[in-house]
Amino acid sequence: MDLNYTPDEEAFRRQVRNWLDENIPDSGLRGVDRNADRDKSTLEKMKAWQRRVHQAGYLALSWPKAYGGQAMDPVRQSIANEEMVRTRAPALIGAMGISMVGPTLIAWGDDEQKARYLPKILAAEEIWCQGYSEPGSGSDLASLRTRAEIEGDEFVVNGQKVWTSNAHFADMMFCLVRTDPDAPKHRGISYILIDMKSPGITVKPLVQMTGDRGFNEVFFDNVHVPRRNLVGKLNEGWMVANATLFHERNMLGSTTTTQMLFNRLKALAAGTMRSGRPLSEDPVFRQRLADLEIRVEAMKYHMLRQLTDSIRGRNPGLGAWVNKLVGTELNHDLATAAMEAMGDYALLARDDGHALDRGFWPYEWMFTLGLVIGGGTSHIQKNIIAERGLKLPKSR
Amino acid sequence: MDFGLTEEQEQLRESARHFLAGECPAAKMREIAADAAGFSPELERKIAQLGWPGLIVPEQFGGAGLGMLDMAVLLEECGYAAMPGPFLFSAAIAAYALAAGGGEELKTRWLRPLAAGAAAGALAMVEANDGLAPSDFATAARTAPSGAVINGVKMFVPYAQSASFFVVAARTGAGGREAGLFVVPADAPGVKVRPLKALDLTRRFAIVEFDGVLAPPESQLQGAADLYERVLGAGAIAIAADSIGGAQRVLDMAVEYAKVREQFGKPIGSFQAIKHAAAEIVADLEPARALTWYAAYAFDALPREAARAVAMAKARACDVYSRAADKAVLMHGGIGFTWDHDIHFWFKRSRMNESLFGAPPFHRERVAALGGY
Repeated sequence: MDLNYTPDEEAFRRQVRNWLDENIPDSGLRGVDRNADRDKSTLEKMKAWQRRVHQAGYLALSWPKAYGGQAMDPVRQSIANEEMVRTRAPALIGAMGISMVGPTLIAWGDDEQKARYLPKILAAEEIWCQGYSEPGSGSDLASLRTRAEIEGDEFVVNGQKVWTSNAHFADMMFCLVRTDPDAPKHRGISYILIDMKSPGITVKPLVQMTGDRGFNEVFFDNVHVPRRNLVGKLNEGWMVANATLFHERNMLGSTTTTQMLFNRLKALAAGTMRSGRPLSEDPVFRQRLADLEIRVEAMKYHMLRQLTDSIRGRNPGLGAWVNKLVGTELNHDLATAAMEAMGDYALLARDDGHALDRGFWPYEWMFTLGLVIGGGTSHIQKNIIAERGLKLPKSR
Repeated sequence: MDFGLTEEQEQLRESARHFLAGECPAAKMREIAADAAGFSPELERKIAQLGWPGLIVPEQFGGAGLGMLDMAVLLEECGYAAMPGPFLFSAAIAAYALAAGGGEELKTRWLRPLAAGAAAGALAMVEANDGLAPSDFATAARTAPSGAVINGVKMFVPYAQSASFFVVAARTGAGGREAGLFVVPADAPGVKVRPLKALDLTRRFAIVEFDGVLAPPESQLQGAADLYERVLGAGAIAIAADSIGGAQRVLDMAVEYAKVREQFGKPIGSFQAIKHAAAEIVADLEPARALTWYAAYAFDALPREAARAVAMAKARACDVYSRAADKAVLMHGGIGFTWDHDIHFWFKRSRMNESLFGAPPFHRERVAALGGY
């Protein structure tokens, strides 16, 4: 065990940090990552930011060089990610393309698909959204019913997707569709790429509990998609999607965001007076703060352990299955503690003039619960840990 | 950046797991627990042959000269087996205290036989008021012409009955505000041991009276207040590691049972209520294990981070173990509540681990204080 970085890695960290300090635009983009309402001018600024990150060589850190990625080793990837979070760099508008569809195409796509899509993902010329969940298929995703029938060299798509983040401005969708209704549910699904400007697509915004219009319903009415937009083999889409689904759920993320959230909670407690003393000096609240800090630190080392496994080329085993469950619940618990610390100020709407910290915590409290749900709720995560990790018998 | 075990540490873990499965299976553990002494001379002898008692003892005193992380890896396996005996207290804590604070003579007299398995040390720290701060101690070491004279009564002394020597915390210095640590032979005049009945049958505890016990100058460990804190820290890490292993064991037992026990015509492990309980144990346990490794590593390698790391690991590992044991017993249903089933040994050990060397609230308060809030 050795928790030091090499001089080269330390130099790399300084280099990333310096670049970020000099290049993060002073245009109010910081912090918009959690605010999903994106007007046209914000969108353009975010695309411009991604291009700068790309030109500087800090985008698509894990992609192979042949596809325009950085092919960075896991330590450098984690350093770069930590610095982005620490400096509160603006979110990458093309994140869904970079972390989801890009790696899928690299693994399963044909040469034409790779050449056609990958460069535009990096250049923020095409923004992607994910067409997975349906009104009747949430946790039981494989029951999805959006149909794609083959007519000549096209698919004709009919059905509906829901909770589709960014669909209101996305250029492309990677989508799971049913291509064989008679096969067992996992074996009749295909993974196709749909141009969002195709005739027959209707996007209706849904308002989230935060008040944002971040996700949407997407309706398909006889939408024609070329057959060359099929990724992998026909009816093998579940396998294609699963590789990246696992990626989304258990991303070897840094815990920097969580650590920053804790520091903010600590500052809130120190600055909040209760019964004539700071809340951080209240014995009961101190216990709660310390418990949260301990869980944050445990998660940090849990991630470092997995980073080490990945450097050593080893399977992280059972540990990786819990990342999504533990990480999202911890963030929500931090926000919940902050709401309690705020007392009556927690009842104010975000845009009320008296709202603390411009409504940061009430928003975070809601947003983090969304992350507990999205990508497989905690209940589903527990099923996965038990069935795939502990090999307990299937319930279904 | 490397946050993982070395090949040697992985081997230590594998060989310890294998050895204990053969030499200390649940049936053997129960046999030892039922015996008044609470340890098996035969098992202690075999452990000594493997070099475990000397794991963190410097090589010049017959040990392997390894660190606290190596010890934590080993203790995780001992916790997995709920291994009875003085090993944890002697080899991880008393050995650390002697190695860190003892003079040559003291080390030659006690550390060398400890490493060889011919002597075991016990810690005499807390008293009837159950406090860990030096100001809580009534036991005092009064300066006398030939050293110090120790008077006081210590409680919850692990394996006092079979110990060869005690590491005694006593007030010293002007006004008696500091905790000094003294090494006292168990057969010294004025030492009296009165056994306590313990809930956790895999361990033995006693009251030890020190009535005018003479402690020559060389018997005092050097390092004063800081050493006392470090010795408590070694204890906290040892118990945290035992807890991680124990939590893993109750999880394994519950999962195994859930695969074979049938109700409503199916294995109970196919029900989500059971699955979720098992998954929650995993979700608690895996990060807590990483935290415990970090604390053990920091104890040796990162002196500025060590105190906070140790407090975090002790609080978390013990919380996780107790919760896991609760859930695992519940998953067993009625059979889990019987004396015949083995799981209650781990259940009781989890609770005992919580108490030893500061309960989780004590350590959370330390985390808060060290974190500047």
